[in-house]
Amino acid sequence: MVVKVYGPFYASPKRVLVCLVEKEIEFETSPIDLFKGEHKDPEFLKLQPFGQVPVIQDGDYTLYESRAIIRYYAEKYKSQGTDLLGKTIEERGLVEQWLEVEASNYHPPLDNLVIQILFAPELGLPSDPKIIQESEEKLGKVLDVYEERLSKSKYLAGDFFSLADLSHLPFTYYLANSMEKEYMIKDRKHVSAWWDDISNRPSWKKVLQQFGAPF
Amino acid sequence: MVVKVYGAAYASPKRVLVCLVEKEVDFETIPIDLFKGEHKHPEFLKLQPFGTVPLIQDGDYTLYESRAIIRYYAEKYKSQGTALLGKTIEERGLVEQWLEVEAHNFHPPLNNLVLHILFASALGFPSDPKVIQESEEKLGKVLDIYEERLSKSKYLAGDFFSLADLSHLPFTQYMVTLLGKEYLIKDRKHVSAWWNDISNRPSWKKVLEFGTPF
Ligand SMILES: N[C@@H](CCC(=O)N[C@@H](CS)C(=O)NCC(=O)O)C(=O)O
Ligand SMILES: N[C@@H](CCC(=O)N[C@@H](CS)C(=O)NCC(=O)O)C(=O)O
Repeated sequence: MVVKVYGPFYASPKRVLVCLVEKEIEFETSPIDLFKGEHKDPEFLKLQPFGQVPVIQDGDYTLYESRAIIRYYAEKYKSQGTDLLGKTIEERGLVEQWLEVEASNYHPPLDNLVIQILFAPELGLPSDPKIIQESEEKLGKVLDVYEERLSKSKYLAGDFFSLADLSHLPFTYYLANSMEKEYMIKDRKHVSAWWDDISNRPSWKKVLQQFGAPF
Repeated sequence: MVVKVYGAAYASPKRVLVCLVEKEVDFETIPIDLFKGEHKHPEFLKLQPFGTVPLIQDGDYTLYESRAIIRYYAEKYKSQGTALLGKTIEERGLVEQWLEVEAHNFHPPLNNLVLHILFASALGFPSDPKVIQESEEKLGKVLDIYEERLSKSKYLAGDFFSLADLSHLPFTQYMVTLLGKEYLIKDRKHVSAWWNDISNRPSWKKVLEFGTPF
């Protein structure tokens, strides 16, 4: 029985895909077209009542929220593929800390930039320069903290690649490639080296190759 | 060596306190006065570079982000005090799912209500009725999904109390006591029963002795 992942073309589901590749877990994908509103179909809402992707089905087990799904698989297949949670409970604590930083400090301003710069034009909505400016400032401050942290350890949670780094891949891909904001990474030496490292992992390249750049 | 928790008076640190009480872990608290800007002092920023509370120190181990800290202690003291992660990996997966729902769907609109209704004047920005209305609508929709979920299981992740429920305590306390929005809970039968249950746990009553979160 292979894992089924809904919505592989979008960014948040790519967190799950890259995790499954790192853990050497077989999966199949089921496309969901957000632009057609398929995530609000009653059948889909039975699986994911908030109407978002990703969702996974694994036998009769259903789970949503990308950062919950990656934790689940990292734990379930602890000794298969790349170890993504650190070796000790203390290392895992730091993985959790940086996963939370990604979700609560890094993601919200970056998500605003993505919506304002990439999606507003696509959806025919006006974009708001004030939100863009404020979000860029916030994100810059977060990246300054990352720069300092990454000057001391190779990855966010320590000297090992983990879910904390992996969780940054899909949305940072936008930042580094699609929004003319790559200087936010390039201007910070350690952040830049870190991004080169994690974005060149075979797992991420495979996800991009099979499912395209996130949009 | 007891765990040191910084900022016990505020809401997010209370997630950590209630978890430590449930896990029967000894702790002491170190006050941080946000209104005096103590969270932006260089000494504090060395420990927590983003300048927020909570932060814990446990021997020479330092950790921040409330939902990371509670996961750490729930795991470290798995077989002490209340089990908060479920019994199987699948149950833990559901605990993680509802912890994420709390963080991404429930918390942001509620936090907006807290900021605009309670703190706008203290923080010196105008409270925006449009934000208040939109946030209340969003929160209402989230609570409709909770109502449906809680009609099928006693707690969010299943028939066991977990971190997922615990994580809702501090900010939901604002909602029912200080925001005048208790009807958002009371009007939903299963949400209301769930709130009565979790907010009456001895652990939470004990934490409220540190004051209602503000
Ligand atoms: N916190 C959720 C967020 C998921 C999310 O925002 N997914 C987007 C696609 S990347 C989506 O489904 N958007 C449609 C919508 O929210 O209506 C997770 O990490 O799984
Ligand atoms: N995601 C953080 C949020 C912590 C947070 O927002 N703490 C508030 C007090 S409840 C704070 O320190 N605010 C001061 C500030 O952000 O300047 C966590 O859960 O630990």
